[in-house]
Amino acid sequence: MLIKTENLWKIYEVGAEKVHAVQGISLEVEKGEYLAIMGPSGSGKSTLMNLIGCLDTPTRGKYFLNGQLVSQLTDDELARIRSKEIGFVFQTFNLLPRATALHNVELPLIYNGTPSAERIRRAKDALKMVDLEDRMTHRPNELSGGQRQRVALARALSNNPSIILADEPTGNLDTATGSEIMQLFGRLHSQGNTLIVITHEAEVARYADRIIHIRDGKIEKEERLTKQG
Amino acid sequence: MNIFEIKEGMGMAWDSLKANKMRSFLTILGVLIGVAAVIGMVSIIQGLNKSMATQIESLGSNTIYVTKEEIGIRLGRTPAEIRKRKPITFDDAMAVQELCPSVGAVSPQNWGPGRKVAKYKKNELTRFQLIGVMPSYEEVNNNYIKEGRFITSIDVHYKTKVCVLGEDIVEGLFPHVDPIGKDITLGGRNFSPKRFTIIGVMEKRPSILGESQNNFILLPYDTYKTLYPEEKELLLVAKPITPELMEKAIDEITEVMRRRRGVPSDKPNDFAVSTQDDLMDVYHQITNAIYLVMVVISSIALLVGGVGVMNIMLVSVTERTREIGIRKAIGARRKDVLWQFLIEAMTLSGSGGVLGIVFGLGLSKFISMVSPLPATVPFLWVLIGFSVAVSVGLIFGIYPAYRAAKVDPIVSLRYE
Repeated sequence: MLIKTENLWKIYEVGAEKVHAVQGISLEVEKGEYLAIMGPSGSGKSTLMNLIGCLDTPTRGKYFLNGQLVSQLTDDELARIRSKEIGFVFQTFNLLPRATALHNVELPLIYNGTPSAERIRRAKDALKMVDLEDRMTHRPNELSGGQRQRVALARALSNNPSIILADEPTGNLDTATGSEIMQLFGRLHSQGNTLIVITHEAEVARYADRIIHIRDGKIEKEERLTKQG
Repeated sequence: MNIFEIKEGMGMAWDSLKANKMRSFLTILGVLIGVAAVIGMVSIIQGLNKSMATQIESLGSNTIYVTKEEIGIRLGRTPAEIRKRKPITFDDAMAVQELCPSVGAVSPQNWGPGRKVAKYKKNELTRFQLIGVMPSYEEVNNNYIKEGRFITSIDVHYKTKVCVLGEDIVEGLFPHVDPIGKDITLGGRNFSPKRFTIIGVMEKRPSILGESQNNFILLPYDTYKTLYPEEKELLLVAKPITPELMEKAIDEITEVMRRRRGVPSDKPNDFAVSTQDDLMDVYHQITNAIYLVMVVISSIALLVGGVGVMNIMLVSVTERTREIGIRKAIGARRKDVLWQFLIEAMTLSGSGGVLGIVFGLGLSKFISMVSPLPATVPFLWVLIGFSVAVSVGLIFGIYPAYRAAKVDPIVSLRYE
């Protein structure tokens, strides 16, 4: 089992008020799975993504990633896990504006201490996987939205993570470009990558094997989709 | 922290330096000025040190000076006690010669004050030293005759109208003629022009701090006295028989002078006996004072520069909160971010240091071109200047870098 959470809670204190963003979520994700987490805004899906992505720790409950209990780790230990196990794709791409595409993709490898020659080789490979090998020296402002998201995807792939975690990956893209990106996700999944997509759009969630619907911090329902083709 | 991160940090630092050229330049101005001040001044002072060493070698190190006042720098008015002291006289010089067994030679020397003119045909010089000397001058001052002959005791005794010239006078008055045997006319404040026959030319001495040491005319001591009868004050220069007898010679001279000037045994000397080392000490006092002023000036500049670096780094951290969040999300630890910003601050201040070094060296080169002050490249201080500049970045970068390291990736990724 790649991901196993047991009764996860996340409670924020906003002033005197307590916000129960995640309320006792238990879920399991297997290696090689393509999962969508769906819910309207305010449903707690972003908080759940932060927990799964090891950006945050739960108030209560346990989270095992690759069999390792990660719910009680310190900030730096979580950073270590992120640099090895998780690749993020964000709605707003979040590329470094002054760095080239290649350098953006190299970044996770810098932080996990990959030697220079191997780092460049792996970054180039990752860019090849998203069909951007001819845009390596371009900066984000010289790339289209779809190309930027592909650079972000290459960055997520470069450190060969256990999970690719995408938060509204098509939210800032037009429909055509968005479906291109989703097809790319499908290709990466077929190559054996584990994908988790967080979205509020049924269109986007439809590409996954399984959809978990979240509402008010709880799992509302779970549906399994039969593979097409 | 690994080598890639250092490279990454420096690369990012360069990018942000280039992206904000004007802002970066203004930020490092303080560091630049601080380092430039140190490098420029050290370069000049070390140049001076070199030329002082040359001077000492040229004078010979075992020379003793007897003067009315202590050698040194005095701030403000000379105290009455010192102004009322008796002059050092020719008789004192003779007494030292006779009564001090360790003293090999004594040279009383007197400089003619006031306006002077030396003429040969149409050529005329007004800026030179007119010195009355004894035959011992050559040996004591370690400066010998090059052509012709030196002043003898017969010249002194009969007050002959002869003179010996320094190289500069020869060049000024006799550009194309052999001066030996020619007559020149000397005039002064208190005496009408008189004719003197040139009997010799002295060896050239190296210049000190760009000032020539060959701009003089030597006269027999008693001849000189006929021109300046009222001048009692003189400089008494002595030399021990051998360098080993230096200390002994100084003791003997001090003893003789105290007796002649009637200094009671419980009172300090009312005159000074100094050596080359004392002259060197005075010189070092001056340079140390300059060093101190320099350190103060550059410390202030570096402090201001450091605060500038801190300020701009804080701005940079705020501007790049999102970037920090991205880096953290993809695996950067606190210390990775901390080092990135420290390296950026050090790159910023370090480039100020490099510019300061270049500017300082250029400044000293310029000074040495337009003035007689020499300049050297002080390698050690170039290294120190650079290290200090980098350290300023390190010290003043700590707080901004700490703020950057504390950024929460969840919050900063939402930051627009």
